[in-house]
Amino acid sequence: MLVHGEIWTIKELFVTPNEYIYWSLQIVMYPFMTGLVAGAFVLSSLYHVFGIKQLKEIARFSLVFSFALLFVAPMPLLLHLQQPQRNILVLMTPHFTSAIAAFGIVFMTYAAIVASELWFVYRKYFVETVALLRGKPEKTFAERIRYRIFSALTLGAYDVSHEALQKDEKAVKGLATLGIPVACFLHGYAGFIFGSVKANALWMTPLMPVIFIMSAVVSGVALCMLTYIVVMEIRKIHASSVVGRYVETRDQIKGAELNEIRMTSKYLLFFLIFAISLELLDLIFRGYTALKNWDILRSVIYGRDFVNIFILQYGLGNLVPFILLVLPRLTIRRAVVCLVLILFGVFMMRWNVVIGGQAFSLTFAGYMDYRMPIIPHDFETFKEGLFGALLVALTPFFLFWILDKIFPVFAVKKSD
Amino acid sequence: MITRRNFLKRAIKGVAGLSLPIAAIGILSPKRLLGAGSDKLGVRWVFLVNTYKCVGCGLCVKACKTENEIPYDANVTRTWVERYVITKDGKRWADTPKGARDGFTTSKIDLGLGHFKEIKADDIEKAFFVPKLCNQCDNPPCVQVCPVGATYQTKSGVVLIDRKWCIGCGYCVMGCPYGVRFFHPIYHVADKCNFCYHRISKGLKTACVEACPFGARQIGNLRDPNDPVTKIIMTERVSVLKPEYGTNPQVYYLGMDEFII
Repeated sequence: MLVHGEIWTIKELFVTPNEYIYWSLQIVMYPFMTGLVAGAFVLSSLYHVFGIKQLKEIARFSLVFSFALLFVAPMPLLLHLQQPQRNILVLMTPHFTSAIAAFGIVFMTYAAIVASELWFVYRKYFVETVALLRGKPEKTFAERIRYRIFSALTLGAYDVSHEALQKDEKAVKGLATLGIPVACFLHGYAGFIFGSVKANALWMTPLMPVIFIMSAVVSGVALCMLTYIVVMEIRKIHASSVVGRYVETRDQIKGAELNEIRMTSKYLLFFLIFAISLELLDLIFRGYTALKNWDILRSVIYGRDFVNIFILQYGLGNLVPFILLVLPRLTIRRAVVCLVLILFGVFMMRWNVVIGGQAFSLTFAGYMDYRMPIIPHDFETFKEGLFGALLVALTPFFLFWILDKIFPVFAVKKSD
Repeated sequence: MITRRNFLKRAIKGVAGLSLPIAAIGILSPKRLLGAGSDKLGVRWVFLVNTYKCVGCGLCVKACKTENEIPYDANVTRTWVERYVITKDGKRWADTPKGARDGFTTSKIDLGLGHFKEIKADDIEKAFFVPKLCNQCDNPPCVQVCPVGATYQTKSGVVLIDRKWCIGCGYCVMGCPYGVRFFHPIYHVADKCNFCYHRISKGLKTACVEACPFGARQIGNLRDPNDPVTKIIMTERVSVLKPEYGTNPQVYYLGMDEFII
């Protein structure tokens, strides 16, 4: 009879009997997803709060994407829980000394803020769509559904006068301002979950929440930039093949895209530097103070996990993108390479924290190796294996496609 | 003749008036007061392990698995015994094959992955066995981190788990510095040693204390100054595991060594 965690844990030397890698791939995915949520929201707020006009296009995009990611955020948790049907207990009867109990409050607050902000941003569009559809005497089935949905979404607020829209903008600014600390909290508490576990020598540091927030912003901005580029490329292909159907020409799209990407990459660089500095600080500090756990930690960081940490995360995930971003005249192609590497680097950071923290035993005299389940042969190896992670990673794009039908992200098609 | 209205008024006053003392009998039920059992303020369970007496037979592990229905062939256990061998060159070798469920059947140290370390008797400086179990800490980190409050501490000090409330997140398992918690392979919720709570609250001893033929394990009441375990803790040189974590463990050890983790 195998116990939970036994199938993907290989123990070496002196490990106590109950130790296994209990927090595996889905617990790596969860901070990765919430990090993307926080980062996408912060990017959107750079326009709404700080008024950086050049980021207007990507701001709208990242707000909707943040909402799509939000619904995916609880997925890794539900896949990880041994009793997922009891998940509601965390929301209904939270035990407030636990950092995980904060999930309920923070998640609900953040969802409310993003939903409200989306409503204020798109209210004018809802009203205009309803007016357009109302004018049509013969509606198709799809149009009737659309009419119903959009009428409901207006919540009865049909006033689109200048004053009303000004109020909308004020509300958006207020919500975006309020949302930044909440988004940071959404991911910061995940860092606190790890940083406050005194039993784990690698996780225990007050820097953990800050490291998580910084790398969250990096990953969120990078993902939004990447998806934005992909969508823009698709639109360019459409613009050149079906002339006249879209409002912009291929060159217009290309110009706007390059401008947005160059602007956003400056912010990306700033957060990237901040994130890597904190991680290096933590590492240097541990080596300098050399506590009792330093021997085993050193053997994990500089020995067993050297490639994962220094080559993959720091090298490919931080140093290479840093160099590529700093070089002048950033092209879209170079940006895409950078962004993919950055996202990979942030994922490796989550991996190195979660899996790396369980790579050594509580005895400080033994190791545990993680063998990620690839081909699932039962429900557990699916949930906590490669395909479970892929399911979580791909769902936001599917949700984004659905949400784009209600909250269109780009200039509306010319009517036929 | 009393009117209907007055009758009703008096009846209501009478019922309301009577319900207070009747309810009080419920609140201060003598049966419930007597039935408080070992949770009365007066018991704080404490455990004493004498590593000088432990020979690593593993009968305690077998007894625990049987008594608490932890599947015999599952590689988890509520209690286990570790073997330490310190060689003359200052190296420490330690293992715990299947938690010492079957004892230590070979003098070779199990290094995992099929490797074994053979140590010549002449090279051994000292060697001993260390039984371990849940410390029922006074400041339990597992209770602190449970997101739903499924694990909690009784007034008598034992930390329990509500199997019907645990969501199986594993935070308590990660939060325990001693590695005593695990996921039950059948119930799929967190599990750990609970000092055989179903036995001690009836005046019996824990399964492991009963099973140990050498008296290496003892359980007592820290609040009773005449308890033999309490007397040893108060007068002898005792130690606890990992005091630096601030958990205030309530399992005391005689014969602690610097090499014991």
